[in-house]
Amino acid sequence: MRQVAIVGVGYSGFRSITPDLSYKELMYEAAAKAYEDAGVDPRRDVESFVSVAEDFNEGTSIFDEYVPDQIGGVLKPVHTIAGDGIHGLIAAYMQVLTGAMDIVMVEAHSKASNVLTLSDVVAYAMDPVYNRPLRANPLFIAGMEMNRYLYKTGTTEEQCAQVVVKNRANGFLNPSAAYGASLSLDAVLSSEPLSHPLKRLEVSSHADGAIVMVLASGDVAQELSALPIWIMGVGWCNETPSLETRDWESATYARNSARMAYRLAGIRNPRLEIDFAEVDDTFAYKELQHMEALGLCREGEAGLLVEEGTTELDGELPLNPSGGSLGVGHLLDASGLARVLEVVLQLRGEAGQRQLEDVETGLAFGWRSIPTTSGAAVVLSI
Amino acid sequence: MSANVENFPGTPLSQADFDEGKILTTHWKPKLEYGWDAGVAISRYLAELKNGRIIGIKCSRCRSTVVPPRVVCEWCWEPMDDWVYLKDTGTVNTFSICYIRWDASRAKEPQIPAVIEIDGASKGAGILHLLDEVNADDVTIGMKVQAVWKPADERTGAITDIRYFKPT
Ligand SMILES: [Zn+2]
Repeated sequence: MRQVAIVGVGYSGFRSITPDLSYKELMYEAAAKAYEDAGVDPRRDVESFVSVAEDFNEGTSIFDEYVPDQIGGVLKPVHTIAGDGIHGLIAAYMQVLTGAMDIVMVEAHSKASNVLTLSDVVAYAMDPVYNRPLRANPLFIAGMEMNRYLYKTGTTEEQCAQVVVKNRANGFLNPSAAYGASLSLDAVLSSEPLSHPLKRLEVSSHADGAIVMVLASGDVAQELSALPIWIMGVGWCNETPSLETRDWESATYARNSARMAYRLAGIRNPRLEIDFAEVDDTFAYKELQHMEALGLCREGEAGLLVEEGTTELDGELPLNPSGGSLGVGHLLDASGLARVLEVVLQLRGEAGQRQLEDVETGLAFGWRSIPTTSGAAVVLSI
Repeated sequence: MSANVENFPGTPLSQADFDEGKILTTHWKPKLEYGWDAGVAISRYLAELKNGRIIGIKCSRCRSTVVPPRVVCEWCWEPMDDWVYLKDTGTVNTFSICYIRWDASRAKEPQIPAVIEIDGASKGAGILHLLDEVNADDVTIGMKVQAVWKPADERTGAITDIRYFKPT
């Protein structure tokens, strides 16, 4: 199989609001930085363009029409994926794998601040016949899942809150994070309940931003970059959409995504072979649940590990050194690509104050948030 | 006609079946509101419309002048910041005579949407607007037109600050 690497990254943001730039200008800024980083000219070198967008988040039907000019894709192969940023990355990866393309870009963005009825948009993701007429705020889905996860594994509310303390502290060391903060465990635990047992500070806040990555095939990647970041394996999985019959305990979609990615990457023991990970933490308990599902520890063990500091920057298995969605901000469907971005920066040794030591292999995992069971994973190595 | 149609003719539906609730449907009225940040290029464009002027932007590499303005040239990926005021006159590139309204109802008086290549912009660069003060039958491709503006105190910084274009 062809080898594929990430040879350029660029991003714009991440901030709670971006009134100075249109979404097109936000995307342009990220794209210009990524092309500069990769040393490519999009008009001459980039053969295909993948954009990640969901029409309801954009407020424009058939959003792919609004994409090509600001990413340099006019008169070239362009298409849009309604999925997580990692789904988009995988689509770009597979285009290179075909052998038809050598240089492909992927873009994902969030202008969450421009969606004035964002909670309604989330509500439209619920089944219109069975669930939506009950008119419950969809956050109850996170509350129900957290409740069952704690019940099944014995994980405590304190351990979930510790994830918030860790990730927002990591965000402090990340200049592009919108929500870095020094919080006490008590502050998190005493923040108001949103949907029991989920508390306000355990829910990531939205941010605006755009992320662009340039992918290249083996030889081309070697030519372009002194330090290509190789895509070793990818995986993705959707569980049942039904709230009535899904697995509420253990994020099966994450387990299956990771299994596929590990198989392709030749990883037999992720606990030993993955040096660090960026995993979806849209809600604090999700980092723990995903950590277990991704095989980074045993079931029921994640809470203990966060308590013991194992997942902190100086721990044995750092999780979300970027700050995750809790620290960086939730970037709608760009969130997964933000996870990948941090893995790339860490592997390149470009993560500044939060740089991890001796990291060679990292995992990124994205989830499309409530009410979905839609996940995607990628394993990256130097 | 296949024999199955005779054997299994099906059950006909009438409008009354729907009206009387015999056929179950489910409804949802979306609440979707957006407040898009106009950003650098569109903000300047709208601000100049409020001033009663059309502004474009020029690419320093390929020399094309485009309207509405944008921050990057879509042809050569050059950042653009060379603002140029354009005339409020132009040439009809293409048009249609539209007998159905925005909501798909039948219009008594047709609307005439047109792409107008603005004088001073590059060939092929124009804005979409409506034509008026002209008989639909008299509109031609290549016709010279000019903007009819709202009075200054009614302009809000929107494309509708130009009411329509009319023949010169
Ligand atoms: Zn140009």
